[in-house]
Amino acid sequence: MSTGHGSGGFAARVQAHFDAVAARVLSDLVAGEELTINVTAEETLFVRFNSNRVRQNTDVEQINVSLCLQSNGRTVEKSRTMSGDLESDQAALTRLLASCRDEALSLPLDPDQVPVVNNGVSIEEFSGALLAPEDVVPSVVASATGCDLAGLYAGGVSIRGNRNSKGQSHWFATETFVLDYSIYNGPKAAKGCYAGSTWNASEWATNLERTKTLLALQSLPQQDVKPGSYRTYLAPRAFSDLLGMLNWNALSAAAWKQGRSPFKKLAEHETTLSPLLTIEENFSVGLTPRFNSLGEVSETHLPLISGGVLKNLLVSSRTAKEYAMVANGACAEESPRAMDVSAGTLDEKDVLAALGTGLYLSNLHYLNWSDPVSARVTGMTRYACFWVENGVIAGPIKDLRWDESLYGALGSKLMALTSHTEIDPAVDTYYRRSLGGSRTPGALIEGFTFTL
Amino acid sequence: MFNNAIPHELALQHALKSALWAGLRFSSETTTQRAVRNDKPERNESSLEEGVMCEVLVDGHFGHAATADLSLAGLQRAFDRAVATTRATSGHKVHAFSATQRPPANGKYTSARQRNLDATSVAEITDCLLVASKAMNVSDKLVNRSASAMIVQTQINFFSSNGSETRQSFDLVDITLSATAAEGLESQTRSWQHTGQFGGESFDRDTFAQQGERVAQQALALLAAENCPSARMDLLLMPDQMMLQIHESIGHPLELDRILGDERNYAGWSFVKKEDFGHLKYGSALMNVSFDPTKSNEFASYDFDDGGNPATKEILIKNGVLQRGLGSLESQARSGLPGVANFRSASWNRAPIDRMGNINLEPGTSSLDELIGEVGHGVLMHTNRSWSIDDYRNKFQFGCEYAQMIENGALGQVVRNPNYRGVTVDFWGRLAGVGHTDSTFGTSYCGKGEPSQVIRVGHASPPCLFRDVEVFGGQA
Repeated sequence: MSTGHGSGGFAARVQAHFDAVAARVLSDLVAGEELTINVTAEETLFVRFNSNRVRQNTDVEQINVSLCLQSNGRTVEKSRTMSGDLESDQAALTRLLASCRDEALSLPLDPDQVPVVNNGVSIEEFSGALLAPEDVVPSVVASATGCDLAGLYAGGVSIRGNRNSKGQSHWFATETFVLDYSIYNGPKAAKGCYAGSTWNASEWATNLERTKTLLALQSLPQQDVKPGSYRTYLAPRAFSDLLGMLNWNALSAAAWKQGRSPFKKLAEHETTLSPLLTIEENFSVGLTPRFNSLGEVSETHLPLISGGVLKNLLVSSRTAKEYAMVANGACAEESPRAMDVSAGTLDEKDVLAALGTGLYLSNLHYLNWSDPVSARVTGMTRYACFWVENGVIAGPIKDLRWDESLYGALGSKLMALTSHTEIDPAVDTYYRRSLGGSRTPGALIEGFTFTL
Repeated sequence: MFNNAIPHELALQHALKSALWAGLRFSSETTTQRAVRNDKPERNESSLEEGVMCEVLVDGHFGHAATADLSLAGLQRAFDRAVATTRATSGHKVHAFSATQRPPANGKYTSARQRNLDATSVAEITDCLLVASKAMNVSDKLVNRSASAMIVQTQINFFSSNGSETRQSFDLVDITLSATAAEGLESQTRSWQHTGQFGGESFDRDTFAQQGERVAQQALALLAAENCPSARMDLLLMPDQMMLQIHESIGHPLELDRILGDERNYAGWSFVKKEDFGHLKYGSALMNVSFDPTKSNEFASYDFDDGGNPATKEILIKNGVLQRGLGSLESQARSGLPGVANFRSASWNRAPIDRMGNINLEPGTSSLDELIGEVGHGVLMHTNRSWSIDDYRNKFQFGCEYAQMIENGALGQVVRNPNYRGVTVDFWGRLAGVGHTDSTFGTSYCGKGEPSQVIRVGHASPPCLFRDVEVFGGQA
């Protein structure tokens, strides 16, 4: 096992480096200027698997610092990779600040500029006990011997930090791993994910066994399901996939004001969703920092939808300034960062009986708005999906395309939510490892529409 | 931009103490994003992503370590990390590679451009964006009038222990104008994009004004239009939707790493099998598709891929029959199939994988008027709005921004929320007409890989006519 939080660890090195370069660049400011500084950094080992063997391994160390300068009513943001060498990075940020200054002279006034204020000081650090790099592959493949396993192990330290010229200071460092994987029997597949801060061999073996059970069910006779409307159970991961569409403008105050929100009817109280549905931002789960890029700290709990009624859209400070609204700590994109969906009452052991005859979907794939005004979404079924008859799994299905309005699926068609929930950690690795995730129950939906 | 002081030779010598082969890819990319919305500045940002990917071949396995520390000591540390991890994982490698997959290459590439982007001022770009935003202000119903420009300048230099030295310099522009018209609970958006390897010539005030007014007027027309009808009918796709159709239903399924199963846990597998090459009838005889990194101004034009493989135009589908896949030298070695030079990485901190590049549908013989004239009852669709396809690249559903009905060979009323769906090989079999003039589009955001990477791809296509397709509109 290894840890990144020792005195020589990556997090400690980056923190000291960021302290020094931030202090230097803040000291370069002149009258009339305000500055917000953000750092993102990671030390990650990525190992990609195919056929339970290694396709590629990549070590990545990266530190990126951004400067957002406010000067005479103008706003300019610039960022760059840091080398890790203090002298050259301090000089690079001095040049970057000068470049911001020069550019501000050419820009029009920014009437929606958010004043820089001090939102306080916070430090959150989470140590882990990860596998040593040389132990990752043997530890993964040993339990999976005989499996056709594909996927990605990503493990290491992830960092977010923030400072500003008013004295604000935030720091978040966490040491975690994610093994996002799937196993195959020819074209039949089942999906799993093992994530945490301490690798535990028996937990990994148990996780894999659960996925093997799903794969084994696909040896039952394949079922031919025609397009149509069916009662459908979305297991927690599938329901998380569906609710992921709320990240695409649905809960954004700016999108609502700018005619781009699929939840316009909900925002304007022309309709409601199911009284079973309650969604909040819940930062107590601890997957992601509470501060945003301005250093604003969200409430630990922010209700979004309560009993089917919209309680809050996500409002960034910039949107609040433009539209005279009240900001609530949202990030600039105004998408949920720590979505938590309240559990229902349907016990896991009763799911198949409650479903009766219909479809059991473990995962969804490639979702997109098909008609934004009516909040209609299309997507595919993926991995372990089954036809269920009279409460018994009859067999796997061929992948189906579906097309359904969220006003229906989360509204009058929502029959029940399960009493058990699962955390779906963010596994995205575009540019860098993502933080965050969501917690969702499973959902039983009447008349879900399949089209192809 | 490129720091010639990087001690690549000494670093490679250090790596060769432990590796059979070593490569060093320096990448420096400056991305500037400017946006104006409703005549006000929305975004003025730039980023510099700069670093080196150190690559080693140890015990028949390629492994990687990325660092932004460009000193000799920093590069040596990265090579040491790459060697240690690769040695630890090579016992479980998926294939035994050799230096044959990294042929020595030498050369330089520079994007075609008329005017250097560095000579285009901040004020000039901002002015164009403001001109467009103001030109969209033709009605109070235009609630969102946005204009944005992303300017990317990239330098990629590749050195290897077997003598490669390539230096490639790219200037890229991605401009979007977007107008949203809203009334009551209804809203409609119309947009225009200009993407590719261009220089400062892209910032022409008149073009921004003309395109701004056009998309605003068309957004208003959509707001007043009826929903697209739901029925089977002929479908004429314009090049700015063909790009998506090509991308999703030809480009991705032909990637050899997908066919080999590398992507199964993320983007997905492919309905195409290794034995299909040379045999599979992918579409009608009118269908000719190429991988073309040589097309001037297209987004993914280059002379060498990130493994040093020289890039040449190759035919993927000829007269409707599948010929060749999109696979790098590594995928070619694993599959035994011919491929292309498409081993590409998104940045300094990602290892190369099989990517699409420029995938183009070759022009046919018909004018647009002739294609319209061949339709008794159908619909013409412009500009992708929604996209979704299954993980084997079979069942797709795509939506467009703007459509016009075609009746008895003539364009008719505008309809909104146009969508269509189909299954890949069946759909391409319905190809009944190909225009003689192509247009080039592209996207900066093709996502794939574990760890994930977004990369730029280009697609050139003429308008194409498909017979008897399932078309549908939005909810009433």
